[in-house]
Amino acid sequence: MAAGSTLPRVRDPITWLGMGLIALTRQVGEFSLFAFQAMGWLLTRRPGRTELLLCMVEVAVQSVAVVSLTGAFIGMVIAVQTYDQFRFMQMETQLGAAVNVSIFKELGPVLAAIMLAGRIGCAMAAEIGTMKITEQIDALWALGASPMHYLVVPRFLACVLMTPLLVLFADAAGAIGGWFFAVHVLGVNDAHYWSHCLGYITTFDVLGGVFKSIFFGAAIALNACYRGFHCGAGAQGVGQAATEAFVLSFLGILVLDFFLSTFLNGLNDILYR
Amino acid sequence: MTPQEELAEPAWPEGSPLATEPPGMSSAGKSRHRPPVTDPVLEFRHISRRFGSQEVLREVSFQIQRNETIAIIGESGCGKSVTLKLMIGLMQPSSGTVFLDGKPHRERTEDEWTRERLRFGFLFQGAALFDSLSVYENVAFGLRQNTDWGEDEIADAVSQRLHEVGLPPTAARKMPSELSGGMRKRVGLARALALAPEIMMYDEPTTGLDPIMSDVINELILQTRQNRPLTSIVITHDMVTVGRVADRVLMFYPRARLKPDEPQIIFDGTPQEAFTSSDPRVYQFCHGQAGERIREMTAA
Repeated sequence: MAAGSTLPRVRDPITWLGMGLIALTRQVGEFSLFAFQAMGWLLTRRPGRTELLLCMVEVAVQSVAVVSLTGAFIGMVIAVQTYDQFRFMQMETQLGAAVNVSIFKELGPVLAAIMLAGRIGCAMAAEIGTMKITEQIDALWALGASPMHYLVVPRFLACVLMTPLLVLFADAAGAIGGWFFAVHVLGVNDAHYWSHCLGYITTFDVLGGVFKSIFFGAAIALNACYRGFHCGAGAQGVGQAATEAFVLSFLGILVLDFFLSTFLNGLNDILYR
Repeated sequence: MTPQEELAEPAWPEGSPLATEPPGMSSAGKSRHRPPVTDPVLEFRHISRRFGSQEVLREVSFQIQRNETIAIIGESGCGKSVTLKLMIGLMQPSSGTVFLDGKPHRERTEDEWTRERLRFGFLFQGAALFDSLSVYENVAFGLRQNTDWGEDEIADAVSQRLHEVGLPPTAARKMPSELSGGMRKRVGLARALALAPEIMMYDEPTTGLDPIMSDVINELILQTRQNRPLTSIVITHDMVTVGRVADRVLMFYPRARLKPDEPQIIFDGTPQEAFTSSDPRVYQFCHGQAGERIREMTAA
């Protein structure tokens, strides 16, 4: 029998579906195990101060400009897109509420996290993937260091701690961008803009966005590190790991956002209504 | 010409020392004795290793004696590097048991393994230096992770190791990307030796190096063994290295090319015996003769 004939041939949709489900279950299982191991290391041994600081600089300092710029333009775009509708209803002064509620509750955290997934997630997956294919991860083991502790824990902590900070930068930049365009370009009254804004935005909204970003940061770091550790051979494998890291982080952020927003809305109802 | 006729014609002229003994083999190498077979530090017992449907190792058994230098040779894909990773626990066998000092690997806890792993030094094929760290930081890495030494002690140890592998102190500040292949290998060796291992593993130490640098690495392997009691395992295709550094040679053969019941280790003896082996597969490999492989590949 030829070697090739031993491979299962997909003849019908049921077989195809079954194989897909098995592969998905295996991936989810492996990822869960990876995440649990990372949590285990996180809880049992502190990461090196230098590694953690370097990761924090990489995540936060080098991302602050691009995240702020994204936030600023999102603020301005919301102002542009909503101004006509509000003017039609003679409610231009409500623009501040629309812009800031969108930014603080949803767009600031989600878009900042997506920018981070692209900038940091891909870089992490590519860096760890390259370390894997050049045997640097094996070298860590051989030198008595756990790659999980040395590589994953500092990256995870850096993302979890720095993403909320970056989200605050994105929120602030979005608020300023929206205000600038609404007040200085579209001519909305400054005092009314802010008074309506403050009437609609609560501390819970701002903190809710920051709370969500903690989970986004964790998802970006774990997904990127997992992809790096399971990177295929060669340059193509590293490229694929980086692409998968971004795509799956993006999807993960949107899925998490849905569930966290639902949870926060319920919590808000319980606490304040 | 048949394979037998090819074998009758050695690669070197008759009477040449190279016709019967390993190239580069020193007189010291010729007179080396195999250590008494009483103190195995590592043992493979019926080890098999599969990757999906592909079986790389099947029922492989051998022992490595304390303080001997063993070379593992064989064609690409015959499982040499896998063997090395199984020894150090970087990979688990599909079946069978690896023993370290008589204790099976799988009976060790994770903490025990972390400690035991420090008994091994590993020179990787591409050196596997950490790209983001300088030469100094690379060599100091194991010391920082596993000792509570102060910075002065670490600096002394790094400087000593770099000196031992023939690198100037100025190399310590360089990044791995600024080093040549030979320098990378030497830094990798200095890093592996930093924790004073009992068992040193070399994965193709001279691959990709020019003959002079290969000789430097071979000399360093010899010196390392002379400086301290050390069990060395050298994975290589380079028969000059085998001739210069090894007490004993194991030759692995790819599973796919073996008969069903044939053992995967087709040779176990001294380098001199390998070079004069009556098994055509061993002889051809040692003398770099393709033999019937060219016809097989052409037919394929």
